[in-house]
Amino acid sequence: MPTQLVSDASPDASPDNPVGRVIATEYGPSDKVFRGVITSGAMVSLVVLTLIAGFLLFRGLEIFRDFGFGFITNVVWDPGDGIDKATASFGIGAMLVGSVVTAVIALVVATPFAMGTALFLEFYCPSWLRIFLTSVLDLVAAIPSVIYGVWGYAVFMKYGTSWGRALNEHLGWLPFFSVPAPIFERSPFIAGMVLALMIVPITTSVARAVYSQAPRDQIDAVYALGGSRWSGIRHIVLPFGRSGLIGGAMLGLGRALGETVAVYLVLNLVFRINFEILASVGGNVASLIANKFGEAGEYELKALMASGLVLFLVTLLVNFAATAIVGRTRGTES
Amino acid sequence: MTTTFVPDTLVKPGRPWRRTHRSTLATLGFMAVAGLSSTGIVAVTGLAGPLGWYVGFVFSLAVLGFLGSFFRDRVVAVDLFATVLICTAFMTVLIPWVSIFYSVIKRGAPAFYKGYLTTDMLITSSGEALNLGGLSHAIVGTLLMLTIASLICIPLGIIAAIYIVEIKGRFAGVVRFLTQAMSGVPSIVAGLFIYATLVILVFHSFSGIAGACALAILMLPTVTRTAEEVLKLVPDHLRAASYALGASQAQTTFRVVLPSVRSGLITASVLGLARVAGETAPLLLTSGYFIKLTTNVREGAIGSLPTYIFSTLGAGTTEAVTRAWGGACVLLILILILFIGARSLGGRNKGR
Amino acid sequence: MITMPTNNTSTVETTHQEASLVSEAARTSAMETRGIHAWFGKNHVLTNVSLQFPTNSVTGLIGPSGCGKSTFLRLLNRMHEFIPTAAMAGEVFLDGQDIYRPGAAAAEIRLRVGMVFQKPNPFPSMTIQQNVLAGPTLSKTKVADKKDLVEDCLTRAGLWKEVKDRLDAYGSSLSGGQQQRLCIARALAVRPDVLLMDEPCSALDPGSTLRIEETIHELSESMTIVIVTHNMQQAARVSDYCAFFLSEDGPGHLVEAGLTSMIFSNPSDQRTADYVQGRFG
Repeated sequence: MPTQLVSDASPDASPDNPVGRVIATEYGPSDKVFRGVITSGAMVSLVVLTLIAGFLLFRGLEIFRDFGFGFITNVVWDPGDGIDKATASFGIGAMLVGSVVTAVIALVVATPFAMGTALFLEFYCPSWLRIFLTSVLDLVAAIPSVIYGVWGYAVFMKYGTSWGRALNEHLGWLPFFSVPAPIFERSPFIAGMVLALMIVPITTSVARAVYSQAPRDQIDAVYALGGSRWSGIRHIVLPFGRSGLIGGAMLGLGRALGETVAVYLVLNLVFRINFEILASVGGNVASLIANKFGEAGEYELKALMASGLVLFLVTLLVNFAATAIVGRTRGTES
Repeated sequence: MTTTFVPDTLVKPGRPWRRTHRSTLATLGFMAVAGLSSTGIVAVTGLAGPLGWYVGFVFSLAVLGFLGSFFRDRVVAVDLFATVLICTAFMTVLIPWVSIFYSVIKRGAPAFYKGYLTTDMLITSSGEALNLGGLSHAIVGTLLMLTIASLICIPLGIIAAIYIVEIKGRFAGVVRFLTQAMSGVPSIVAGLFIYATLVILVFHSFSGIAGACALAILMLPTVTRTAEEVLKLVPDHLRAASYALGASQAQTTFRVVLPSVRSGLITASVLGLARVAGETAPLLLTSGYFIKLTTNVREGAIGSLPTYIFSTLGAGTTEAVTRAWGGACVLLILILILFIGARSLGGRNKGR
Repeated sequence: MITMPTNNTSTVETTHQEASLVSEAARTSAMETRGIHAWFGKNHVLTNVSLQFPTNSVTGLIGPSGCGKSTFLRLLNRMHEFIPTAAMAGEVFLDGQDIYRPGAAAAEIRLRVGMVFQKPNPFPSMTIQQNVLAGPTLSKTKVADKKDLVEDCLTRAGLWKEVKDRLDAYGSSLSGGQQQRLCIARALAVRPDVLLMDEPCSALDPGSTLRIEETIHELSESMTIVIVTHNMQQAARVSDYCAFFLSEDGPGHLVEAGLTSMIFSNPSDQRTADYVQGRFG
């Protein structure tokens, strides 16, 4: 048992002048070993994370030195002749914009549905059905992205194409709904829709967790004043759960930003900054890495590391912000 | 003052606020009108197919609900409109997921034959007839890599959780924070890291162990976080009782705390596994893809279910695509097994 | 049926005058329940409660905890049905009409039968003024003069003087007793005929309790109040009539009801006598 070491009473102490005695814990030899092992084991995650970031930085630093900020803004990805560095030019501008565009489309489409699903599960669903549907939601959250990619490619593509065509026909005067050529397959719009489907479970779970903590006594007060179920939701639950919904949406955004395979199988990788989401042009940083790593020479590999670093940092920021925002809901309400 | 009690005959519980037959009929009539209107919409506009009809249906419901506000009390009408919106949002989002499950089964079924699970693709190409070849190499590869990843992750995750909850060391906050950060690492970045370190520097080739390590990076945060939650549920008086009997911290942890949450820890591990079982991107970069059934995880590429799906889909022919669906079916079944396993093994500890 | 002597009589009537009392009471009772039962799932929690609430009076529901008083209260404004497993039987008459009749609009009923809860629950994201006006806002009724209504309700709730200069402050910035009075004002804004109060002072200090009891007394001149209370002394102070509930190894039921003075000084049932004299509770 850990022994307590208690210091001797101070000579200055008296009943009218209490002086605290120091109590420290000393662990026996077996416990010291135990604590040492556990502590070093726990440090592994710290070490791994630092290694990842550090390694990427180390390898990618040269790229940032050579290209500076242009790495982020340039659109061209040219490994050159693979030998002479001067012939190469790397820039992830197009891919970064592509990552953001597809992720934002996913966010815009997924969030209303996630909110609706969370509200449905929490307030509209009969209780016998709720348990079943919650398990279904958990299962759906576990569907791997490669299956979403296959489905998106083989099943959804034709629907997404015809929707894109319809959007272009009726709303083509909006700048981002116009297209350079009437080809609507493999567009960022379709990729965004598939991503939206992937992130709905995440946002729904977080939103639902927050909505379930909405103060029932205030909802009761709304009912007692003659309000309906929707009144209670609109006036109490939604304001209470706003940070939770935003945080959940941002977690989904983080996932969408880093998604590789689903986007890769569905999107046409073209190195051009493209905001016309219905056109068959796009990409994202993750697909870039997957696409290029196979034949990458040493210099190109460093460029890929630098890309990975940028993606890592962006996703990290989004996730931190998300956690902070969700944490705020739990903290503020009494 | 008299007190006359009504004789206590057997009174039946009732729910007069529930839907009466009349109101259920009214709701059905409402939806029938919406259905008719939707058929009309489909005929008039260019919306096609069952999906087009569904869109027309939702639109009609919304419009009808909105019109209802002129006949009934506004609060009730708004409530009805909101109910329609929310329920249809939920129904709508179910459709693609049902489609995924349905497609996987329907399109993957033709790929199954007697030898599908026991043959590899060494002598068969993806475009050949479906009664040749199989995915044994993919299954074995996935199982091997998941096992290695578990062996790395589960002890480390539980150790980290013990550090945070039991030891409460100085760095507990940092470890939690970093575990959180790690859960946000994109899977391709984990693969890239392992590629640059293990594949290039250590093994000089693709390797199953490298793949397992990439999966471990992705699995570790889930296991740590779930294990931490489970350990926190252990009441302090249990530990206090153990210390009061003179046990050391090590003994308390191993003999008292951990056994009491064993099923929860199993759930944590299996859920972590389910999360990474389908990861493709890191495996593409670390273990590559190989068509032969092999158990060599040290050197050389190795097949796995996700990469099998990915590469057969890439071949493009109808047979190849069907094989991809077959692989998707097997992968989904694997994840389902893991899920059900997690629930039944640890179900009692984790309540909903 | 338990009949309640009305306010017009000053002494308890003898048996042969009860017939006229019954008819008088029936005419002047704002609410009446007949044969009320309540269940949660299979759990029978309340049995055969028939009670009248005379207009413009205060009726206290007393009895030990767990005997179904709060459940009974929630049956009076159709809040009981929000619990998923809830079921009931019997009738509740408001102005002669059963509030559970098919086709009855529950929300409208709740506008006529208001409720104040045990724990003060003003809406924290709304100002004091917005809190008071929450009822009309929710039911989307037009208010001719908002300021008048706010002042009127806050005055009747005994809070106007304290907050008239800070109507824009948030509801959560008030003390517990003030918050509860704000909730009373909020309930008054929709002009209910009946006000139900579920142990409104149990979370408050004695000073606030006293102020609220004074408020109840003033309000009862213009509305019918039903108050559930654990505190017998409070029941004795504040109510005109009392109904004593008890649960003896089974569903809660009504033992006795009548003028407060009679219940406390000369109850008919021994169990009532035991309870009010503090021999159990």
